[in-house]
Amino acid sequence: MNVSTKQGSAGNTILADQDMKDTLRVMTCGSVDDGKSTLIGRLLYDTKLLFDDQLDTLRSDTEKHGTTGDEEFDLALLVDGLQAEREQGITIDVAYRFFSTGKRKFTIADAPGHEQYTRNMVTAASNSDLAIILVDARTGILTQTRRHSYLASLIGIRHVVLAVNKIDLVDYAQERFDDIVASYRGLVDQFDFKTLQAIPISARYGDNVIEPGGNTPWYDGPCLLDFLENVQVGLRRDKGPFRMAVQWVNRPDSDFRGYSGTIASGHVKPGDQIVVAKTGRGAAISKIVTADGNLSEAGPGEAITITLDDEIDISRGDLLVAADARPDVSDQVAAHIVWMGDEELLPGRSYKMKCGTQTVTATVTELKHRIGIDNFRELAAKTLNMNEIGFCNLSLSEPIAFDAYKDNRETGAFILIDRLTNATVAAGMISFGLRRATNIHVQALDISKKARSEQKGQRACALWFTGLSGSGKSTIANVLEKKLQAAGRHTYLLDGDNVRHGLNRDLGFTDVDRVENIRRIGETTKLFVDAGLIVLVSFISPFRSERQMARDLLEKDEFIEIYTETPIEVCQQRDPKGLYKKAIAGDLKNFTGIDSPYEHPENPEIRVDTTERSADDLADDILAHLKDGGYLV
Amino acid sequence: MSGMQQSHLKRLEAESIEIFREVAAEFQKPVMLYSIGKDSSVMLHLAMKAFYPSKLPFPLLHVDTTWKFREMIAFRDETVARLGLDLIIHTNEDGVARGVNPFDHGSANYTHVMKTEGLKQALDTYGFDAAFGGARRDEEKSRAKERIFSFRDKNHSWDPKNQRPELWNLFNARVHKGESIRVFPLSNWTELDIWQYIASENIAIPSLYFAAPRPVVQRDGSLIMVDDERFPIEPDEVVDTKTVRFRTLGCYPLTGAIPSSADTVGKIVEETLAIKSSERQGRLIDVDEAGSMEKKKREGYF
Repeated sequence: MNVSTKQGSAGNTILADQDMKDTLRVMTCGSVDDGKSTLIGRLLYDTKLLFDDQLDTLRSDTEKHGTTGDEEFDLALLVDGLQAEREQGITIDVAYRFFSTGKRKFTIADAPGHEQYTRNMVTAASNSDLAIILVDARTGILTQTRRHSYLASLIGIRHVVLAVNKIDLVDYAQERFDDIVASYRGLVDQFDFKTLQAIPISARYGDNVIEPGGNTPWYDGPCLLDFLENVQVGLRRDKGPFRMAVQWVNRPDSDFRGYSGTIASGHVKPGDQIVVAKTGRGAAISKIVTADGNLSEAGPGEAITITLDDEIDISRGDLLVAADARPDVSDQVAAHIVWMGDEELLPGRSYKMKCGTQTVTATVTELKHRIGIDNFRELAAKTLNMNEIGFCNLSLSEPIAFDAYKDNRETGAFILIDRLTNATVAAGMISFGLRRATNIHVQALDISKKARSEQKGQRACALWFTGLSGSGKSTIANVLEKKLQAAGRHTYLLDGDNVRHGLNRDLGFTDVDRVENIRRIGETTKLFVDAGLIVLVSFISPFRSERQMARDLLEKDEFIEIYTETPIEVCQQRDPKGLYKKAIAGDLKNFTGIDSPYEHPENPEIRVDTTERSADDLADDILAHLKDGGYLV
Repeated sequence: MSGMQQSHLKRLEAESIEIFREVAAEFQKPVMLYSIGKDSSVMLHLAMKAFYPSKLPFPLLHVDTTWKFREMIAFRDETVARLGLDLIIHTNEDGVARGVNPFDHGSANYTHVMKTEGLKQALDTYGFDAAFGGARRDEEKSRAKERIFSFRDKNHSWDPKNQRPELWNLFNARVHKGESIRVFPLSNWTELDIWQYIASENIAIPSLYFAAPRPVVQRDGSLIMVDDERFPIEPDEVVDTKTVRFRTLGCYPLTGAIPSSADTVGKIVEETLAIKSSERQGRLIDVDEAGSMEKKKREGYF
């Protein structure tokens, strides 16, 4: 046994010895009354790590709140630190305790057993290497044992001790122990536990906690502390390619620009090529700066500041990664979530998502299934209530950079936050990106939109004509393009009817198809604007939200909305393609203005009235607007 | 340290630095509670490291109860000058006007008025939305239950039964106007870790931590240092000069000294490993009543 005796020899030797030890992060879990808090109390007591005044307090607490009858100490009261916990004799929240032996330092998180407080168990699991799962020898495996085992596995704990507690209350019967162990092994067969050590213990009397005690001669395995001191859990973050989320841009003056963060995985040294995952922009590392001097190399868990040899755009939220081993970048992901909110999960509602240092808005678009705790089967579900576990698709307001949680806990985990209450409502673990964009990385190009525009002597923009069929969009756009051409400008005209013959010929006129129609046009427009062109877009584009989407794809001042404000009666009279006649006769379904709505723009950059003035005059007006706005240099 | 596992202290240091940076990036107006003790000294040292080569992106706040050891105030002012820090000093003037002191009003009332109320006044006056504190989970049972990012409502109250889940290193920093987060970057440090770190980083701390002959009286089972003339000496009390040191520092009339000859950090570590009572035993304010720390924290104490 390697229990530190608190009798140090020389302070400095102890300093060095203490610092060389590694730390094992352990959590205890299991059902209520299985003895988790008592076990931790027992470990602290038997390793003689309690101070005299703490024992005095414990003695008086035991008299007041103790549940152990005639004993001097109720060890559970050592860790149940909240008043309500002591009064109710239960654990509500995680308690963190620290102790060390000759071999190792330990952090022990005591997680609550009540289902109501499952979220606190998940909190403890997210920062633990090993779980001690307690089972009462009398009752055996309960629902909470299953739930906690599943959650421990889901959250990535790979080392488990099954502590069959209160073995004294079944007369130290080997048969009972063997039964429980056999059924537990069956239960967790499908889980990815690397080690599973079953130990019969009595937390109350200390059997097999730090010493065998002689009551279980049939058990020849290690005592709990012995096992904890020796189990190898491996360095989780040491493997894998370089990942570091930028937490804070470090800019003390104009001469220094560094990116501060903690390395999630991998190693780096000056000269290594890194890229910003989302933009694909790359540079080489110049220096790895710390207050203790520059480093020649840095690895997982180190908090550093990186400077680069090239000025590229990097801000908080960016993930710096190895150039040759990049993460996924996607705005849609599939993930497991553990719901923790008081209110149920609402697919379609938007939540704040924090993944690394990235914060985006996320919506659950599809809840694939919920996990039934009794047999871990996948059940159909419309929502998740508190403490339920589900698998879902999430759609994000913008792409994030991530790895699958199984590959990297640091870059694959996220939380969801309620936007109104600010409560943390879910823990999430990403399985994969839905766009499957793994191998499609944003290619950083050397020639920019600005360079392309300048070569053409103009500022690229989109002139987005919206209005009813027959309102004059295409006529004006056509005249305007001729004028621009004559003036030596570089243009392109995207016309609704023409695009529907090609790119969008698979789309019809339902609301869903109209939304997709405009999404594709928006993306196409973005590409042409990026090419440096003045793009004329002539589409009915009846819905405000999709026009907003197209606007959001471009930069500020690049999107010029032109509303051809022609009354529907005039459009019907003109009816250049005979479509209104057909629609009114019922031969043409979903026609805008007849049986499909048109949402007029609220604040278009330009309004044109085709009932008063000619297309030529109106085109001149728009031309003047472009000149005034500095688009025609 | 390539390819090698980080040492225990380096790991703790990196964890604390990550917390500092996260707060600086996520909050509008953070502040660091600076109470001049060894934990504050370590916390300040870590913060300086976190933002190097930049200066601290937030000010320090000292809630001065007017009853601190004289040497603490001198040490504070020297530290601030040496490191070029931005320090805000706040005293509950209303408490001073009412003459609230630890002798006539009892330690609980005094602490509530001069520390808790003083702190809340300062936080409200400046509108800080995050405040760093040097508390550790190994200090006390209710602290062992507290999150690293500990949410406080508009009245600065802690609700221990409804804490935000704290998953991985993904801290939820979102608060509404008037609400705030108390942040504890030293949550996972132990008293021994603090001393080891002070030794290995050579961090300056007030000399009150080191044994020296000091004038003390025996009162209610504690050795109290007579730090200035305001200390009322009872007829049956005798001021003795004894070689003592302090394990924690606070208001001098409420801080018990321990007999000790440890006058170097190395000797203190040795003594800490052999000692039989917990650190907070020297804090008279913690033993007033059962669960008193939790109660104080609910009221807004750090």
